[in-house]
Amino acid sequence: MMKRSLNTVFIWLVLLLPVQALAEQLLMARSLQPFPETMLALQESIRAHGYTVSRVQRVDIGLTGMGYKTDKYRIVFAGKIDEIRHLSEKAPQLMPYLPPKVSIFAEGSQTILVSANPQLYAEIAGEAVDPVIFDRWENDLRSIFHDVSKAEE
Amino acid sequence: MQLILLIFMSFVGAAAIAAPDGAQLYADNCATCHGDKGSGGVGVPLALPSFLENVDDNFLRQTIRRGRPGRVMPAFPKLSAAQLDALVGHIRSWSGKPAPEFATTPVKGDPLHGKALFASNCVACHGENGEGGKGTGVTFSRSRDLPIIAPALNNPGFLQAATDEMIRHTLLYGREGTSMRSFLEQGLSEKDIGDLVAYVRSFEKQADVSGLAKVVPDEKIIIAESPYTLDETIENLKNAIVSQNFQLIRTDLLEHGLVEEGEESKQEIILHFCNFKFLYDALAIDPRVGLFLPCRITVVEHEGKVQVMTINPLYLSHLFNNEELDEVCKQMHGIYTAIIEDATL
Ligand code: HEC
Ligand code: HEC
Repeated sequence: MMKRSLNTVFIWLVLLLPVQALAEQLLMARSLQPFPETMLALQESIRAHGYTVSRVQRVDIGLTGMGYKTDKYRIVFAGKIDEIRHLSEKAPQLMPYLPPKVSIFAEGSQTILVSANPQLYAEIAGEAVDPVIFDRWENDLRSIFHDVSKAEE
Repeated sequence: MQLILLIFMSFVGAAAIAAPDGAQLYADNCATCHGDKGSGGVGVPLALPSFLENVDDNFLRQTIRRGRPGRVMPAFPKLSAAQLDALVGHIRSWSGKPAPEFATTPVKGDPLHGKALFASNCVACHGENGEGGKGTGVTFSRSRDLPIIAPALNNPGFLQAATDEMIRHTLLYGREGTSMRSFLEQGLSEKDIGDLVAYVRSFEKQADVSGLAKVVPDEKIIIAESPYTLDETIENLKNAIVSQNFQLIRTDLLEHGLVEEGEESKQEIILHFCNFKFLYDALAIDPRVGLFLPCRITVVEHEGKVQVMTINPLYLSHLFNNEELDEVCKQMHGIYTAIIEDATL
């Protein structure tokens, strides 16, 4: 009886694992605040988590000028120099994905945040890098998104 | 062994004790796409009374469970039955009305006649083969008063979740507040509508199941070695970018902004470039794709070797569960490859 239930547990675990691996390849959040406030909260939280915001890139640049209808859209690049250097050296194939980024765009009077789940980088880096760094990035990113979507109205 | 069992049991136990909070589950898993109050976004509106009057609870549960493969809406296989019920309860609370119930018996009809009716009445919005409109939901880069993008009807997730009677009901009454109008009012007979249901159901046989288990390519990046110096390679890339009808936005050091100015390593350089029409089209299909735009190519000099590399859009396309994006990713892959080949030849 015990043996049987253990087997069942194992079957469950085996069934659950691949599904979990598939889930949540993008991390997303909605802020009920307008774009400028959310952008501010995002950058504040990124810094509070110990990362440097290295650049804010406009994606909608030129679009509105050419008569396209678009909302505010930016990419926020951020990282820690030591980690970026470490990763560039150990896993050069990761370089095109660096520095990590969050995209932020307005949706009416609210704002959406999207980022790749840092586990993606673990997959790209492979054996060459201790995955613990990406676990930490994922935790931090979730915590940042949590901060931003919970920011006071 | 026993430890695993213990952990597993305590996990199950904890989940059983705390009744799941539907509002919280919705905020965590759905609000980003469907709006915090269900008014729509990347996803379709869920709070519309005409939608809620049109769908039964099992349709909602199945839709959440299975998602819409290739149409952005993710599957949520990990939510428990109790969590599903809590979510459905929260969605229902927006209308405050009880859920409709539909018979599960198939609707009989003539799918051939249905096909003809579909061609003249439905393809304008739902696409030639029921693949849905371009883009999804109501979001981004188009004015908000434009109608909701019509969902895919040939989608296995939709076909498994919807009963014939639900589809029939939708056609009879339409969904007020959307461009999906009652076809009874537009002059079709009840028999015509039965034939349409039979035709929509027949998509099941054509549904491309292979799309469910899409292969993800192994190559995570596109990379080439350059026979030129770092500076020459960058010049070559700039020319190649322009000759592919893209516009160079900026050349940057990879470490720019991460260290004091002047302290950056000069051996890793990023070229940013863009083609506005391409960018706009991609964002209209799926605003999330901006994460990998504008286009970027990284040039690296290491131990005398110069390498040119970029993300592989074909690899990244699996992140989005969006079939329409697969085309854009293929295009992007072609452009990147052409530019890199051109510059390193
Ligand atoms: C003018 C555009 C338009 C036309 C024409 C149209 N539809 Fe729709 N249809 C929509 C939209 C938009 C929705 C989504 C409504 C919503 O958000 O609830 C929809 C929803 C549906 C649904 C429910 C899908 C779901 O995911 O719940 C079905 C089934 C459907 N349409 C079938 C048809 C059929 C069959 C025809 C032709 C007889 C047709 N539609 C014609 C725009 C259209
Ligand atoms: C990444 C964006 C995204 C997330 C997250 C998401 N959805 Fe969706 N959802 C969509 C899109 C897009 C569609 C419409 C698919 C189409 O156009 O074919 C959809 C369709 C649906 C439908 C069918 C609507 C109809 O007209 O038949 C339901 C119900 C639904 N979603 C519920 C949910 C719930 C509940 C959650 C959270 C557990 C959720 N969705 C999370 C994007 C999303």
